[in-house]
Amino acid sequence: MTKIIDSKIPEGPIAEKWTNYKAHQKLVNPANKRRLDIIVVGTGLAGASAAASLGEMGFRVFNFCIQDSPRRAHSIAAQGGINAAKNYQNDGDSVYRLFYDTVKGGDYRAREANVYRLAEVSNNIIDQCVAQGVPFAREYGGLLANRSFGGAQVSRTFYAKGQTGQQLLLGAYSALSRQVGAGTVKLYTRYEMQDIVIVDGRARGIIAKNLVTGKLERFAAHAVVIATGGYGNAYFLSTNAMACNCTAAMSCYRKGAWFANPAYVQIHPTCIPVHGDKQSKLTLMSESLRNDGRIWVPKKLEDAKALQEGKIKGSDIPEEDRDYYLERRYPAFGNLVPRDVASRAAKERCDKGFGVNNTGLAVFLDFSESIERLGLDVVRQRYGNLFDMYEEITDVNPGELAKEINGVKYYNPMMIYPAIHYTMGGIWVDYELQTSIKGLFAIGECNFSDHGANRLGASALMQGLADGYFVLPYTIQNYLADQITVPRFSTDLPEFAEAEKAVQDKIDHLMNIKGKKSVDSIHKELGRVMWEYVGMGRTEEGLKTGLTRLKEIRKEFETELFIPGSKEGMNVELDKAIRLNDFITMGELIAYDALNRNESCGGHFREEYQTEEGEAKRDDENYFYVACWEYQGGDDKAPVLYKEPLVYEAIKVQTRNYKS
Amino acid sequence: MDKNISFTLKVWRQNGPKDKGHFDTFQMKDIPGDTSFLEMLDILNEQLIEEGKEPIVFDHDCREGICGMCSLYINGHPHGPATGATTCQIYMRRFKDGDVITVEPWRSAGFPVIRDLMVDRTAYDKIMQAGGFISVRTGAPQDANAILIPKPIADEAMDAASCIGCGACVAACKNGSAMLFVSAKVSQLNLLPQGKPEALRRAKAMISKMDELGFGNCTNTRACEAECPKCVSISNIARLNRDFIKAKLKD
Ligand SMILES: Cc1cc2nc3c(=O)[nH]c(=O)nc-3n(C[C@H](O)[C@H](O)[C@H](O)COP(=O)(O)OP(=O)(O)OC[C@H]3O[C@@H](n4cnc5c(N)ncnc54)[C@H](O)[C@@H]3O)c2cc1C
Ligand code: SF4
Ligand code: FES
Repeated sequence: MTKIIDSKIPEGPIAEKWTNYKAHQKLVNPANKRRLDIIVVGTGLAGASAAASLGEMGFRVFNFCIQDSPRRAHSIAAQGGINAAKNYQNDGDSVYRLFYDTVKGGDYRAREANVYRLAEVSNNIIDQCVAQGVPFAREYGGLLANRSFGGAQVSRTFYAKGQTGQQLLLGAYSALSRQVGAGTVKLYTRYEMQDIVIVDGRARGIIAKNLVTGKLERFAAHAVVIATGGYGNAYFLSTNAMACNCTAAMSCYRKGAWFANPAYVQIHPTCIPVHGDKQSKLTLMSESLRNDGRIWVPKKLEDAKALQEGKIKGSDIPEEDRDYYLERRYPAFGNLVPRDVASRAAKERCDKGFGVNNTGLAVFLDFSESIERLGLDVVRQRYGNLFDMYEEITDVNPGELAKEINGVKYYNPMMIYPAIHYTMGGIWVDYELQTSIKGLFAIGECNFSDHGANRLGASALMQGLADGYFVLPYTIQNYLADQITVPRFSTDLPEFAEAEKAVQDKIDHLMNIKGKKSVDSIHKELGRVMWEYVGMGRTEEGLKTGLTRLKEIRKEFETELFIPGSKEGMNVELDKAIRLNDFITMGELIAYDALNRNESCGGHFREEYQTEEGEAKRDDENYFYVACWEYQGGDDKAPVLYKEPLVYEAIKVQTRNYKS
Repeated sequence: MDKNISFTLKVWRQNGPKDKGHFDTFQMKDIPGDTSFLEMLDILNEQLIEEGKEPIVFDHDCREGICGMCSLYINGHPHGPATGATTCQIYMRRFKDGDVITVEPWRSAGFPVIRDLMVDRTAYDKIMQAGGFISVRTGAPQDANAILIPKPIADEAMDAASCIGCGACVAACKNGSAMLFVSAKVSQLNLLPQGKPEALRRAKAMISKMDELGFGNCTNTRACEAECPKCVSISNIARLNRDFIKAKLKD
């Protein structure tokens, strides 16, 4: 099927596109802004920064979140840092280099013009956050400090201890609070968007569930912005917070917004390994650990076996018997290769039997060398909170001297394994961050825009804030400038009534299944299928099996689900069931896209498509496009694919190489 | 390897803000030591659902000690037995076979119970809205490195900023005072050069809002500091008091 996809990329050389756009876009004058309403769903970095900025500009903003306070959005959990092209370290960084690294890191599957704009505004973000009082780490001279992160050879990551996401979100939350105090933004906490309302082909409102009273409520606006985060929890176990979900995104998809590149899911290499079947989530150990930690497994299979049986410990294995496989395979980047490469390399070793814990699904991350080089104090200063967190969870202290063999000191290594972490795919948006539905915008992790097939560390925070502070507040005006004559409209319109009724019917349906299985038990099942067949190493056959299994899970959900309590009032299980319904649809969408993409790139690895050395093999001739999926009127129907061809003008498309 | 333990769990149940509330008692069997406290409640909830009963409602989200959503009073301590950790960061290996574990919601006038263990903390947001910000517009402020901030000041601001807004300080305080929370935010902003111009106004506005919302006075019992999962120091309260007095003198 063909469809002309207009991504609205402005004319001109890459470095001038955004400036040109801003110079020529339509603006809304202050008197008219007061007459225009905007709904922003989500209060993470993207949503909070957008709501605060739009409110301050004079629009009337309604801002929604699931948690009891905007400050608790999942962005709060980001540890490592945020990138910017400041070149404060004078190590040769530039807007172009950040742009280039991001495109390369994304395995040449991102839209060039968007990424350039992202790199361009990255510096403004740091300025903005410092002005808000974000306490970034500093050097003794009072200047801002930086660290390096995977996939880059410069030090361009700004950080606030191991709590960068928290501090950035609190900055945005402060700005948002100021606007709430000033009356420009109205907050709706403990609300969950259930559906988008379309009037005459344009997004004009939402149906949201008040999670305390259980009631459905209608909200109207001139435009709707979705900033609802990623869909990683489709895999049940992930590093995402428990409430992360894709219900808002799926409701937009069902109403006609295309979903782009769902198969691009990021698996983070440094998480604490799974320990049992009661586990509710996986804990990320910040990637910054790879700056000083060295990743290894034993060279000898018998050592691995002894580790798996609990007969020896990591510290019992001397230096010469350790295989620092990342340093071996990728001498130029070593332990700092991008996440997808590091994750696959860990899987490769474990698949070959070299895993180091009782399940055989873990590798070591070792600080012995850096503790010797820098001293325990310095290492603890950098990673102390992560060491403590690791110890609380696993009962092992990575800073503890375990053994001395031939004068070499060995400290307890950490155990890590890859886990689902971030979703590069998302709602399709054009250069203006508008979806394929007019008046519906998507920002932050929930859109697909900037990371291609793989996201580099410290780039999600950058993208969320770029979208919310510096891009959307401009581009949405280009849309709203035509809407100034549209009066506020009432939620009594039949479109609102219909949308609300559809949500109510769905809720009644779920309550009435009255089966025997809890939401979590079905969700775990979904997670197992997703990880097994649609996870790190995908094959055509596996994906087909996965799709069949997903259909079975859908059926199980439809016939076996049990939700205690009633639909009136608060019902946490009902809320989880609604989300699970959407995760199943999302899971299928991921599988369809993964099956379609007969190549390996970034976070999407198809085992049939790899080089002899086990590296991902892209197929630029046939898959150099954004896959845009369109809903076909029923969750049981296969979606239809449209392609947005990628056009690269500034960067030469190459094979990704982290070896030399 | 961690051992499994069995224990008695007493959990507060309350159907809504107006319900009187009561304890339900459960026997928990063979819970692995590497289960987190909240995963233990998940296990209980799965059992309840299996029996067709309504699960226990509690707030939680990140389960990594950073979002501030979890909020349980465990054996008389906000966030339970560990120091410097939230409820979600507690693992069952801290408890012993045969223990009786009592779980309650935050109990404080400022935080009414919504359901079971879930409370309403929107008062904190309201205090923030009164002055917990630096009045800067989105746009292009000066270059970030144009403001030099000595490392010790930046570090001190960061320590204050690590507050997760959980409310344990209020729950721990016999007066139900929110001073540790307020002082942490005021300190972060007032320590930094960017926050100085509004420092006194901020201190006054946030304290008045806190009083207006019915939080109690601080009488220096230090219970808040002892229970704060982020070890926010009460020296922040002293700093806030100084700024507040200065602001009053100026009036
Ligand atoms: C453990 C961890 C560490 C990370 N570390 C880093 C890092 O160091 N650097 C980096 O750059 N990135 C990092 N990331 C990624 C980054 O944190 C996220 O991609 C980013 O914060 C997403 O921001 P967001 O604003 O798009 O969405 P979120 O922060 O997820 O916010 C989503 C918001 O939408 C609301 N919401 C969702 N659905 C609904 C609905 N239906 N109705 C109403 N509201 C809804 C939620 O309540 C919330 O307010 C990390 C991620 C994780 C999991
Ligand atoms: S000061 Fe401590 S106890 Fe009080 S809200 Fe902040 S983190 Fe929680
Ligand atoms: S659940 Fe986030 S701090 Fe406990």
